Amino acid sequence: MTTPQQSAVSRPPTVTDGTPAIRFAGVHKNYLAHGESVAAVKRTDLAIAQGEFFSLLGPSGCGKTTTMRMIAGFEEPTAGKVYLDGKDVTGVAPNKRDINMVFQSYALFPHLNTYQNVAFGLERKKVAKDEIKRRVGEILDIVSLTGMEKRAPREMSGGQQQRVALARALVNRPRALLLDEPLGALDLKLRQQMQVELKRIQREVGITFVYVTHDQGEALTMSDRIAVMNAGVIEQLGTPRDIYERPSTRFVAGFIGTSNIVEGTADRVENGLALLTYSQQDRVVVPCGSAVRAGDKIEVSVRPEKIDLHRGVPPVSATGASVLSGLVNEVVYHGTSTNYTVATAAGADFTVFDQNASNADDLADRGDRVYLTWAPQHSYLIGV
Amino acid sequence: MSQSTMDRPLRTEPAPEPAARPRRRLKGGTLLYLYTWLVIIWLIVPIFVMIAFSFNNPAGRYNQHWDGFTLKWWHPAKLFEIQDLSQALWTSLIIAVISSLLSAALGTGIGYALGRYRFRGSGTLNVIMFSTISSPELIMGASLLSLFVSLNVGPGFTTIVIAHVMFSISFVAAIVRARVVTLDRSIEEAAADLGATPWTTFWKVTFPIILPAVFSGILLAFALSIDDFVVTNFTAGSTVTFPLWIWGATRVGLPPQVNVMGTLIFGVGVLIALVTNLRSRKQKKD
Repeated sequence: MTTPQQSAVSRPPTVTDGTPAIRFAGVHKNYLAHGESVAAVKRTDLAIAQGEFFSLLGPSGCGKTTTMRMIAGFEEPTAGKVYLDGKDVTGVAPNKRDINMVFQSYALFPHLNTYQNVAFGLERKKVAKDEIKRRVGEILDIVSLTGMEKRAPREMSGGQQQRVALARALVNRPRALLLDEPLGALDLKLRQQMQVELKRIQREVGITFVYVTHDQGEALTMSDRIAVMNAGVIEQLGTPRDIYERPSTRFVAGFIGTSNIVEGTADRVENGLALLTYSQQDRVVVPCGSAVRAGDKIEVSVRPEKIDLHRGVPPVSATGASVLSGLVNEVVYHGTSTNYTVATAAGADFTVFDQNASNADDLADRGDRVYLTWAPQHSYLIGV
Repeated sequence: MSQSTMDRPLRTEPAPEPAARPRRRLKGGTLLYLYTWLVIIWLIVPIFVMIAFSFNNPAGRYNQHWDGFTLKWWHPAKLFEIQDLSQALWTSLIIAVISSLLSAALGTGIGYALGRYRFRGSGTLNVIMFSTISSPELIMGASLLSLFVSLNVGPGFTTIVIAHVMFSISFVAAIVRARVVTLDRSIEEAAADLGATPWTTFWKVTFPIILPAVFSGILLAFALSIDDFVVTNFTAGSTVTFPLWIWGATRVGLPPQVNVMGTLIFGVGVLIALVTNLRSRKQKKD
């Protein structure tokens, strides 16, 4: 059995083969704010593989945008080096980096039409006229904007402008495409559509995408790997599954999805499982490898959808499942599932998502005594 | 329904407010209408008088009483009959063109820098800019004259241009700066990102976007220059501009040609305003 942290680090094999498209070596960025030096990004090492869909995920002010702007060259690191394709580009101007960006505001040139916007980068590279024409036509086809060549940005919808911005960047066939919260300004429906579109386009062009977002859903559905950032530090780096199933810090557990967290002292450790007991029947079992010894203070997390809610005393399982009894505080019906808030014997309030698979008769009510159970592999240690 | 009847005794105001509202709005609307037209008339009467008297056929030297309608002053031969006047108008036009273009070139640079960057001395530059806008022309003219005299520069055409550029530049800079401040920074970053050098970025992206502001700046500078009297009077030496000639002629009576020329200048201004207005309206519609 591996500890969560081991799995997070050993999981991505993509980076180890070949030169990474983007590499940060000890990159540090300080800002001067009100005469004080504030670290926006702290000593970060990072490698993003060729052709990868990589997301930088975190709350606003976590350093994700600064990280992206250092890749683009709009910001220079205070210390450390940035490599593109193995070449040191620290200090190289943005217009000399083989990287393109899709801006949050799209930043389309308002005085140019779609064709001129998309052709802008190729014209700067002095590509031949008919070659420009061919490539612009090609990319407009990929983003489904054929026929819009003569439209000015202000004559197009947000979704269309977004695709012009995408085409304008992709037409240059950059080493990597940076996307700064590109779907933030779109409404929910369009955003979901564009998520699928973006993923398809990325597969089609095979270019490395670096995607900055504060939307965990977006990051989880689109990315090959995600770096979760907080306060200038990458808290966890891994596949969406890693990050969701095995958050390695309390921050990640709280930021991605909903987590139930219990704190306690490990009463017993055997066969790589630590046991926290609250009463004769209330106990939490967590896989711990060799990281925990009896008597250690630990924090255990479990996702709300992994928990089974029973209205009677559950059958005592031989597998050593976690069991917590509690009183239902809140019942919220969500259609596909019912969300319960349960005050548990472990002291913490638990959130439970119960699939509404059978008919709704078996709903627990407020004030009901219930039992929560879940398999050992669904609990994990955080912050070890 | 029942709620509102219950509420009624508690209110100090009677309920039928909705009925009163449309009448009040109508009254206010009429007042606003009257007021607007009064302001427009106030603004337009002097101009109307100028235009009307370009069609006057004065009996004596003074073009001050309406003596009958004529088109003769509008005939080029008659219009440019007074050589000094024609020469003065020509001089004014050339000075206005040169000084407005110069102040546009310099003012755009200053406005862009002030709007885009914070640099050592940007605060001071701001203060200086607005002090030239707000300082009395009379004092500016007098001190310019002392400056030119102490530098041993003979006043004339060149000094007029220098003076006009000096007082127009701040207006251009202020207009351009206002535009640059509202310009999305990432548009220029996008240009750089797509491989444009700073030079290309400015000329291919920034300048076309701020061009309307630069154009307004040029027009304003032109308007300021062509009818400037005070500063020009101090810095002209023996050069005679259109306003200076008119000032000199008032003692002996203004010929109707002056009205025709004034009307022409006004007409061109109105035309430019109309064209730019129509263009921006068309752009908004698209």
